[in-house]
Amino acid sequence: MQDALVSPAEERTSRTKYLPWITTPLLVLLLVLVWHYYIVFSGISAFILPAPAKVWQVWVGMLSSPRAWSNTLTTVTSTLIGFFVGMLVGVSLGLVIGRIRWLEVTLNPFIVATQVVPKVALIPLFVVWFGFGMTPKVLVAAVLSFFPILTNTVLGVKSVEAGHRDVMTSINATRLQTFLQLDLRNALPYILTGMEVGVVLAIIGTIVGEYLGGSQGLGYMLVSEMNAYQTDGLFAVIIHMTILGFIFYFATGLLRRFMIPWHQSAHA
Amino acid sequence: MSLAPSMSHSSLDLGEAKPIIKLTGVSKWYGTRDNPVHALSETDLDIAPGELVVLLGPSGCGKTTLLRMIGGLLEPTQGRIDISGLELWNKGERQGAAVANLGMVFQDAHLFPWLTIEENVALPLKLRGVTKAERMARAQELMNLVKITGFERRWPKELSGGMRQRAAIARALSYGPNILLMDEPFGALDAMTRDSMNVELQRIWQETGKTIIVVTHSISEAVFLADRIVLLSPRPGRIDSIHRVDFPRPRGLDVQASLEFQTLVKTLRRRLAEVE
Repeated sequence: MQDALVSPAEERTSRTKYLPWITTPLLVLLLVLVWHYYIVFSGISAFILPAPAKVWQVWVGMLSSPRAWSNTLTTVTSTLIGFFVGMLVGVSLGLVIGRIRWLEVTLNPFIVATQVVPKVALIPLFVVWFGFGMTPKVLVAAVLSFFPILTNTVLGVKSVEAGHRDVMTSINATRLQTFLQLDLRNALPYILTGMEVGVVLAIIGTIVGEYLGGSQGLGYMLVSEMNAYQTDGLFAVIIHMTILGFIFYFATGLLRRFMIPWHQSAHA
Repeated sequence: MSLAPSMSHSSLDLGEAKPIIKLTGVSKWYGTRDNPVHALSETDLDIAPGELVVLLGPSGCGKTTLLRMIGGLLEPTQGRIDISGLELWNKGERQGAAVANLGMVFQDAHLFPWLTIEENVALPLKLRGVTKAERMARAQELMNLVKITGFERRWPKELSGGMRQRAAIARALSYGPNILLMDEPFGALDAMTRDSMNVELQRIWQETGKTIIVVTHSISEAVFLADRIVLLSPRPGRIDSIHRVDFPRPRGLDVQASLEFQTLVKTLRRRLAEVE
C-alpha cells in the first residue's frame, strides 16, 4: 500500500510549470527592445515600420474609442456564433460517423472535399448569397472550425479501447449508456483539442470575411487603416487581434482543466 | 491416462446441488467460411456453486475463448450455456438476467481514466439507477473488502497495477453477481505482487463465497488457487483433463514448498508438454 503517489519526474514538471511566468515577459521585453533599437539605428521610415512606443500609443488610443470596441464586439460575436455552429455540426457528425463505418466511408470524400476547397475562396460567393452582413462571416468561421473538430471527434470515438467496451458489456450496459459513459467521455479530450484548433481558425475566418466584404469588425478596421496608410494603426489592430486570439485559446485551455481534470493535457 | 489426481469425465459429482454454470456441447469457430479456425471443440463442463475453478493451458488452447463465452462477451457457435439455471444466449441475444449473475475481471484493470477509483467501483450501480448515497456506501464496503480504502478520490493512473486490479475486482463485485470470471487477472503484475494478489483472491473468495473461474497459463498459480484445474489442450481447443486440488484452506504461500504441491505441478507440467 506504500505506493508513491508523486514521482520525482512529476515534481520536476511542477517546477517547470511556473517558468513561463518569468520567461514570457522577459522575451517580450527583449523583442520590443530589439524593435526599438533597430528603428533608432537604421532610421527606417515610420511608414514601413512604426516604433513600438507609437504603436502602443495608438493601441491605447484605440482602446478608448467606442468604434474599436464595437468592431471588437462584431468580430467576437461572428467568431463565437460561427465556432458554435461548427462545433455543433462537427461534434455530432463526428460522434455518429466514428461509430458507423459505412456512413464514414460514404461521407468521407465529401468531408475531404470540404477540407481541400480553399474555403477563403468561398467568401465572395457567401457575400453574393448573403450580403455584407454578419451571415457570411459566421459561415466562414463555422466552415473553417468544423473540420478539425470533426476529425478529432472521430479519432476520439475510434480510440476507445476494446477492453473498455468489454467492461461495459460485462456490466450489462445498454447501448445508450455505453455511448454516454464511454464513447463520449473518451472522445472529450480529442474534442477539446479540435476546439482549440477550431477556435483560432474561426477568428481567422471571421477576420478574412470582414476584410473582403463589410463595413464592421476588426478585419474591416484593418483594411481601413491600410487604406489610410496608417501603418501604426495597422500594427495596433494586429496586436488587438492577437490578444483576442490568446483569450479564446486560453478559454479552451481553461475548459480542458475544468472538463477533463483526469487527463494529462489538463496539467500542461 | 496415468495422471493420479485426474478425472476422466468433465462433470463434477455435485450431489444434490445444481451446477451454477453448465456448458452443454459448447463449441466455437472463428474466421470466414473459407478459412475457419476451430477455437474450441464441443465442450461440456459443470461448475458447482462456490467452487474456485482454474482454466489452465498453453496459448491457443481456447481458455480465454471459453471464459469469454461464459461471460457473454462471445457467442458460442454451437451449444448451450446456463448461468444459475438461466440460458445465457437466446436467438443471438445475450440474456440480461443471466449476465446479471456474472462479474468479469480482465488482464488489465480497464478502469475508466475519467472516473475516480470510487466512481469506477460504483459505475455498474450508477448504470442500474442506484442512488448516489447508496452506491457510495456500497463502494466503500467493497473497497474495504479488497483493501483499497484511502484511494477513493484518486485517479486510476495514480495507483499501482496491483491496486488497480483490486479496484477492478471491487467493480466486478459491486452489483452482487454470484460468479466472478477472471481472465489472467494478475498476468500483467510482477511476480511478488502476483503472489500476494493470489493470497488476496483466496481470501476474497472465502469471505464472499462467490463462484470463481480464473484463466491462467501459470501452473503454480493454478495449483495454489484451484479447487479444480481444468487443463485444456490446443488445436483445436478442448478439455484434456480435470484435476482436483485438495490442499486445506486457507492456503499460505508456503504450501508451494510442499512435496504434494510440487508433485502436482510436475504432473501438470508433463501433461502440458505432452499436449502442446
